Order: sequence, then structure tokens, then C-alpha cells
Amino acid sequence: MLQQIEGSAAVAQAVAACRPEVIAAYPITPQTHIVEGLGDMVKRGLVGNCQFLNVESEFGAMSVCIGSSATGARTYTATSSQGMLFMMEAVYNASGLGLPIVMTVGNRAIGPPINIWNDWSDSMAARDAAWIQLFVEDNQQAADVHVQAFRLAEAASLPVMVCMDGFILTHAYTRVDVPEQAEVDRFLPEFNPLQALDPQAPITMGAMVGPEAFSEVRFLAHYKQLEALDLIPRHALEFETIFARDSGGLLKSFDSEDKDTVVVTMGSVVGTMKSVLADMRQDGASIGLLSIRSYRPFPKQQLCEALAGAKRVIVFEKSLAVGMGGILAADVRMALANLPISAYSVIGGLGGRPITRDNLRRMLDKGVNDELEEPHFHDLDVAVVHRELERLRDVQRPGPSAESILRDIASADTGARSS
Amino acid sequence: MFQIRIHGRGGQGVVTAAEMLSVAAFEEGRHAQAIPSFGSERMGAPVVAYVRIDDEPIELTEPVLQPDLLIVQDPTLFHAVDVFSGLADDGFLLINSARRLPELHIDDALARLPDHHVYTVAATELAMRHLGRSTPNTALLGAFTALFEMLHIESVIKAINDKFSGDIAQRNIVVARAAHDAARVD
Repeated sequence: MLQQIEGSAAVAQAVAACRPEVIAAYPITPQTHIVEGLGDMVKRGLVGNCQFLNVESEFGAMSVCIGSSATGARTYTATSSQGMLFMMEAVYNASGLGLPIVMTVGNRAIGPPINIWNDWSDSMAARDAAWIQLFVEDNQQAADVHVQAFRLAEAASLPVMVCMDGFILTHAYTRVDVPEQAEVDRFLPEFNPLQALDPQAPITMGAMVGPEAFSEVRFLAHYKQLEALDLIPRHALEFETIFARDSGGLLKSFDSEDKDTVVVTMGSVVGTMKSVLADMRQDGASIGLLSIRSYRPFPKQQLCEALAGAKRVIVFEKSLAVGMGGILAADVRMALANLPISAYSVIGGLGGRPITRDNLRRMLDKGVNDELEEPHFHDLDVAVVHRELERLRDVQRPGPSAESILRDIASADTGARSS
Repeated sequence: MFQIRIHGRGGQGVVTAAEMLSVAAFEEGRHAQAIPSFGSERMGAPVVAYVRIDDEPIELTEPVLQPDLLIVQDPTLFHAVDVFSGLADDGFLLINSARRLPELHIDDALARLPDHHVYTVAATELAMRHLGRSTPNTALLGAFTALFEMLHIESVIKAINDKFSGDIAQRNIVVARAAHDAARVD
């Protein structure tokens, strides 16, 4: 049904329509409204016989998910930021055991310095945890992709994260056609687990595996993820025939065909980016956009095909591998290794720094002229950094930089207002 | 596209106002978006929320940097944060205040805005009278519908009923209607 609704509430309704049997919940901003919404619906008897468990931590949440999924129950949870870190051991267990859990990540920065706002540090920290990771651009996709995520998880017997930008999507009120129960039932078959703990037919899950077989087990994990590269577009197509909406898939081109420059990015920045690129095309630039929707598995071949005609690629991401550069940029470069395309790495929007049409346009005007340094830190206040570096050099026992930079910015603001 | 930035303080229902405005626009068949700009939530701390209303789907997710309308829920903010940032010379201003404009000491900003682009409504007083608490948001939405033709008071009432229920909803509807009737053009 078409509603003007908070992103979190839309996701909660979509998940409820997937008939989950167990939901484990521990609150952390900015995902909390999702599990609160689900808890409310379960309490009102709107989610079948679903068990909603308030657990004592994120580690507990994922552990409950592992137990319930292993018995063959459709299982859901959500987390963000430090919550993801705290559950990390269990996150690896879920994928290692092949359990089709669906988890929303309300993408948020990881501290210190403590920061509740959006970037991709949390899901990137779980990049190599062998979960499927799907990114969404808006709240329509957020609702739709959760429905596809359950289908994919259960078809592949792999856990799936749906990554949605914290606040920008989780807290935004927009128009969403929330998937209807009857349509979800047509798309999502009953969960028929590949493996289930059953006292009548005992099995062992989680055996210790030594050097004689560990490589083979890990290879199979990789192989199974690559198989999802076939499932994801197939599911998206089937979803479109039932819901008449294009949601999901591996990647999406927005006027990227036959363009000299292609911006590659993921998530909610796609909307603002489209607007900037449309302006640039109007001004004569040959530039388009490619949005990665399946980050893991990474659609290497599809990316190469989509970028084959480009001269340069500008990878814009809200994540940083400290000491290296862009994380998504590294993936894109690996995919493009055999093509004569130069790829630039741009890191922006960290910790919720606003990404605006103006600052994107300034960056991209440099980008199309090959004037971006490697990597490029978007909208970085270089003067602040220089002052702090100077202070660290000159002051004995200079103390923490985060607090010092805050004081510096506050005094600069006061100066600007009084002058 | 019509862009609104709402300034207020934690506890004044700034984010809720933006959400209700977007619901009211949706009720009239428009596309709308409400995005909060959360800080570390504290009672009394400056809070900003953004609303966009359009006849086309809205894809932008940047903050509203060039508002067509500023809604100011607390006039003490004029001297605490840069409320007027990005407001166009033909922009509009809707202020919660029982005072006359000269008493607000924002003459520089007022001087560049055209006549009939600045409105005040005594939203806090209306809220205190009907709600027993100083939440000015629904009064300002009621006033908005009196001053701008793009939304009608009935849509705001639907949005209030969407957000609240029972006695609270009814009292907020009384506030919105009263503000709608009292909106004053300076």
C-alpha cells in the first residue's frame, strides 16, 4: 500500500510481511525504530506466531538468530555501528554454518570518536564475513530488497545483510509502496531449510575442520557466493513481474552507457548524484552513474561490461581503509584490472558529513579533468588538518586530536560570527 | 520543488512537524520528503529538520541548503545559530512569536525580504492554552496552511491523526485550526 512513511517503519512492515518466525532485537541508533516497529506488530498479533526476543546484547541477538535459524525458523535481526562489532564473532558463525538469517544494517560510523551518523564503516567491517551484502538507494528499495533478501538467503542458504544509510534513509519520511502480504506470499515461498536441527534426526553443525579440508570448505563459501550472482538478478526480475517495480539486482546504470566518465557508488547518495550528473551533462560533460546494489558478492564481470566504454571511473564511497584508501575503489580496480580505464578513489560523507550537489559538483569538475589526488578526501577542511598537525608537532604532550579539532572549529565559528 | 527548513529546539517537535508536513503533502497527492538533522538529542539544543514538496518524485538527499520557507519554532534561535543561511531574497519566514517583528531584532534579514513574506503566529501561547505544554509544531502547521495554498488545513488534520490518537490528536487539531484562523501577516 502506498504510504508516506518513515524508512524504518516501511522496512518493519516489509519484514513482517515476510512472516519471520524469530526476531532477536537489541536497540542501537539508527536502526532501533525498525525493531521497535516489529516488536509492536508482533505484540499486536500481526506477525503470525513470530517470537520476538529482547536480548541482552548484539552478541546475544546474533547468537539467538543462529540457534533459531539452525532449527529451520525464518529469522531476522538488525544492527548498526558498534553493535555490528560486538556481534562479529557470531556474524562469522552465521555464514560459516550456512544459516539464511536476514539482518538490516542501519549504516553508521564506528568510533572513537563516537559518532551516531551515517557512513559504511559497520557493514564494511563485516565485508569479509561471507554474508551477502545488498545496498539500497531509497526507502522503496529498502522495503523491496528485504523481501528479496529472505528469498535469496533461503535459496542460497547464506545470511544476507541489507545495508541502508542511517538517518538519511532510516529516519526519512518518503512515499513508499509497502509490499502487500498477498504479493509477498506469491514471491516468497515457505522456508524449506537445507539443514535443520531436529532431535528425531540428529546432525552435527559446526565441526572442527583441520588443514586437510579447511581450504575446500572456504572455497565452497566463495563458490556459493558467486552462485548468488545468478540468483540476485533472477529474483529481481521475478519481483518486478509481481510488484511492477525495479528493485534489487546486481547493479544499476543511470545514463552510464558510452560515457567518458562514470561515477561508481552505492546507497542513498545515488539520488543526489543523479541530479549533479544531469546538470553536468546539460553543461556538455560526458558523464554517467553506476550504482552497485550487490556489494557481496561483487559483480566483477557485470561491472566490466557496464564500464567497458569508459575512459575513467570515479569511485565515491563513505568508507575508508585507513593506510590504504577507498575500499569500494579497491574492489572496482581489481575488477577493471585488464581494462584501460583509470579509476579514482574518492572518500566522503564520513560520520554524516553532508554530501551536497555543490560539493559533489566541485569534486567532479576536477575529476573529469584528471585533477583528483589519490585518494581524494571529499570536502576535507585542509586548514583544520594543517593546524592540528602543526599543534601535534609543536606542543609537548598535545593530547587527543578529536577534542582539539572540535575546539579549533568552535573558535573559528565564534570568530566568524563576531566579525 | 518547494523546500522548507524548520528550526527549533529539542523537545519542540521539530522532527515531528517535518514528518507531519510531508504526510499532509502526501494526502494531497504530492511527493514529499522529511529528513531530520539529528544532533545528540537533548532538550533545548538547536534542532533542524528539512521538508521537500514536489509534483515529481524527489531524489535529492542533501540537507535543504536554500529553503523557500523557514519555519522558526523558537525566535531565540535567531541569535544562536545561522537561521537565515541560504534563504533566498524572495523566501518566506514563518515565526512562532507573540511579539511584533521589530521586537525580534532581525531587521537586516527582514529588510531583504519582500512585503507579505514574513508571518508570525503565537504558537507557544496557543499550545499552552489547548495542550497545556509548549509544543508549537501543530500550531505552525495550521498557520502554514493559512498562508500557503499548496496545503489545506484538512490535510494537516489528517497528518495529526496519523501521528497522534485520542485526546492528544483532538487537542492538536484544535491548536492547528486556531493557528490557521489567527495567522497574521506583518
